[in-house]
Amino acid sequence: MERIYIFTRFERFWHWTQAFLVIGMMITGFEIHGTYNLLGFLLAHQVHTFAAWALIVLWVFAIFWHFITGEWRQYIPTMKGVDKVFRHYAWGIFQGEPHPFVVTRGRKHNPMQAQAYLAVKVLINPILWISGLLYLYYNELAGLGQSLDLATIALIHTIGAFMMLAFFIAHVYLITTGHTVTAHLKAMLTGWEGGEGEHNKKG
Amino acid sequence: MKHVLFRRLAQLCPDATRLLAVLLVAGNAFAGAPPSVKMDSTADHGKFKELQKTFSSGPELTKACLTCHTEAAKQVHRTKHWTWDFLNPENQQRLGKKNVINNFCISVPSNLAFCSSCHVGYGWKDASFDFKSEENVDCLACHDTTGSYRKLPGLAGHPPYKDTEIPPGSGKIAKGVDLTKIGQKVGKSSRDTCGACHFFGGGGDGVKHGDMDSSLASPDKDLDVHMDATGLDFTCGTCHKTSSHEVPGSRYTPVGKDKGGAHIRGKEDKSNPATCQSCHGQAPHKDAGLASKLNHHTDKVACQTCHIPAIARGGVATKMTWDWSTAGQLTPEGKPIIKKNDKGQVIYDSKKGDFTLGENVTPEYAWFNGKVTYTLLGDKIDKNEGVTHINKMGGSASDGESLIWPMKVFRGSQPFDSENKTLVTPHTAGNDDTAYWKNFGWEKAIDTGMKASGTPYSGKYDFIKTDMSWPITHMVAPKEKAVGCNECHAKGGRLDKIEGIYIPGRDANSLLNLFGWLAVGGTLAGVLLHGLIRFLRRKH
Repeated sequence: MERIYIFTRFERFWHWTQAFLVIGMMITGFEIHGTYNLLGFLLAHQVHTFAAWALIVLWVFAIFWHFITGEWRQYIPTMKGVDKVFRHYAWGIFQGEPHPFVVTRGRKHNPMQAQAYLAVKVLINPILWISGLLYLYYNELAGLGQSLDLATIALIHTIGAFMMLAFFIAHVYLITTGHTVTAHLKAMLTGWEGGEGEHNKKG
Repeated sequence: MKHVLFRRLAQLCPDATRLLAVLLVAGNAFAGAPPSVKMDSTADHGKFKELQKTFSSGPELTKACLTCHTEAAKQVHRTKHWTWDFLNPENQQRLGKKNVINNFCISVPSNLAFCSSCHVGYGWKDASFDFKSEENVDCLACHDTTGSYRKLPGLAGHPPYKDTEIPPGSGKIAKGVDLTKIGQKVGKSSRDTCGACHFFGGGGDGVKHGDMDSSLASPDKDLDVHMDATGLDFTCGTCHKTSSHEVPGSRYTPVGKDKGGAHIRGKEDKSNPATCQSCHGQAPHKDAGLASKLNHHTDKVACQTCHIPAIARGGVATKMTWDWSTAGQLTPEGKPIIKKNDKGQVIYDSKKGDFTLGENVTPEYAWFNGKVTYTLLGDKIDKNEGVTHINKMGGSASDGESLIWPMKVFRGSQPFDSENKTLVTPHTAGNDDTAYWKNFGWEKAIDTGMKASGTPYSGKYDFIKTDMSWPITHMVAPKEKAVGCNECHAKGGRLDKIEGIYIPGRDANSLLNLFGWLAVGGTLAGVLLHGLIRFLRRKH
C-alpha cells in the first residue's frame, strides 16, 4: 500500500481536540442528565458549558478551514461503492479480504464513512448545538417572550447526546478495522495512512 | 448594668464604643469635649422634664410620651400590632391574631390576659378593651433600649410594676420594671424589642417560626449574614422599613414573587421594602462565570430557598409537631407530668401533649404566590379528608406569580367540634375552674373558649390532624453556605416533590432514556459481536 499524507496538522489538531471535548461533554452531559453522580452538578455544568464554548470556537475555525481548503468536498455524499463497503463490513472483513475502498488524498473517506461524518456534521451536531444554546439561554428566550418548554429543549438535546454516544462507540470500533488494528489510529496521530503494507502480515 | 449597655453599644457601633472606652479610661482629660458616642437621635430623653418623675403605670408614662409625640398613638392604632385584626383585601378573610386559629396554643379570645403580653398596649384582658384609648398604647414594648422591660403573661399587657409572683403560687418572682429609667432611655426598636415577642411566638424560644429565635439577638455571620452583630448588624427595622409605625412585611399577605427592581431613593416605590429583591434586584449574583446561570433561577426560585439552607441553626430548637390529643395525662396523685429528652427539651407536658423538636431542620418546599387562605373558626372541616390545613399556601408553576419557597410545615393534632365540624378555641390559660392548663378537662375548656369567641359549640369534641405552613425568610446564610446545585439537581433532592418544572438532573423523559440506552447498548453489542467474530476468524 502506498504511503500517503492524508491528515494535515490542523485536521489532526481539530480531530483530537474535538474528541477530547466531546468525550468530556458526554461524561458531564450525562451527569447533568442525572444518569450518575461523578463531578457534582455544579462542576459538571461548568465543564460542560466551558467545553461547549471551546468546541464552538474550534468549529468556527474548522468550518473556515474546510471552505478555504475545499476539504468540505470530502463529505459530498455518494452511493457509489456503498454496496461494496457494506459487503466488506458484513462479510469480507471476516474472510480477511482487503478493504474495497482505496484511500486517496482527494477522497479520504469511504462512502459509508463520509455519509456517517456528514450525518454528524449536518444532523447530530446541529441538534446538539441549537438545543444546547437554547438550553443555555433558556431564560433570555423566556425574557423575549418566547415560551419554549425547558423539558422539550432538554429532550431534543438528550436525543442528540444519545446519537453522539452511539456514533462515538461505532467510530471507536471502526478505527480498529484498518489493514491493521491500529492503522487508522496511527494515521490520525501522524497524518500518514498506509506505508506499512509490505510489513503487514494481514496483507 | 453598665457593661450590658456597653455590650449593646459595642454591637451598634463598635468603633465609637472603643473610643468611648479609651476616653473613660483616660479620665477627665476631655471633660469639656462633646460626647464621642454617636447617638442615632438628636434627643436625649433623659433631659426631658416630662420624663424626670416617677410613673406608677405604663399608661401614665405613655401620656408623657404623647405630650411630644402627639400623633404616635393614633399611628399605632392603625396597625395590626394594635388591632390584632386584619381584613385580607384579596379574599375578604377576617384575619389578625385575635381571629386566626393556629395549631400551637390554638387561639386568643378566652386567653387574652395571657396572650396580650405581646400586645402593644396596656389592659387588653377581654372584649371590653378600649381600642380608641391613646394612653393604652405601650411605647416601651418596641422602644425600650435597656433590656429590662418585660411584659408577662397574665397581666393583660402590663409589665409588673412591683416585684410580682408569676404565676401566682409558683414562687417565681418577676422584678418590677423601673419605668422612669426605661422611659428616659427610649430609642429605636431593636432585635431585642422585636424579638421579645417574635422570637418567642408559640409559647417559647424558637417554638413557632424556626427562622426566628433568641439566637438572632446577637447572631454571627453564619447564622444571619445581614444581622451579623459584628458585621452588617441589621436590625429587624433595616428590612422591615417602618414608616408612621406601620411595619411592612406581612404574613397574611406576603409577597410571593417580587418582580420589581431594587428600591432607589427618590423614586416612588410602594412595593414591600422587606423583600430580598427590594435591595438586591432581580439579578443579584455578580460572580463572574456562574452569575448568569444563578440569576436564571430567580424567576422560579425564591432567594430564601438557596440562601437559607436550614432553619433553627442558632442552637435553639424549633417545634416541629404538637399533638394536643395526648394532653392531660396525670400521675396517680393527679399531678401533671413533664417529660424531657436527653437534650433536656420538653417532649411531653400534661398541659399541652406531645412535641417533637428540631435543630438545623431542612425546610420543605412549595410553590407560593403570596396568597394564603386560612381555615377560620366556623369553616367546615372533615376528619375523613386527611389533614386540615390551618393555612393553605397558594401557588403553582404556571400562575406566573409563584416562586419555590422554603417552608416550615408545623404538624399537629388539635381539638375540634366533631358534630358541627369546626375548629374550636379552647380556654387554656387562666387561674379559673375551666382553663385547661389548670383543670385538664376539655369539655369545660372548649365550652368557655367558644363562648368567649361567640361561636356555637355542640359539646362533642374530637381531635383532628392539622398542619400550618410558615414561609421561611430569616437566618440568611453567607453565600458560601448557600444550598449547592446537587441538592436540588438530583433525584430525591430538596425539590423532589416540586411539580410543573423541568429540573435538569432530577427529571428525564423515561421513554427517551429507554430508547436512548437501547440504541447505545445495541450499537455497543453490535460492534462487540462484530469484533468477536473478527477475533475468532483472525487466522484467515
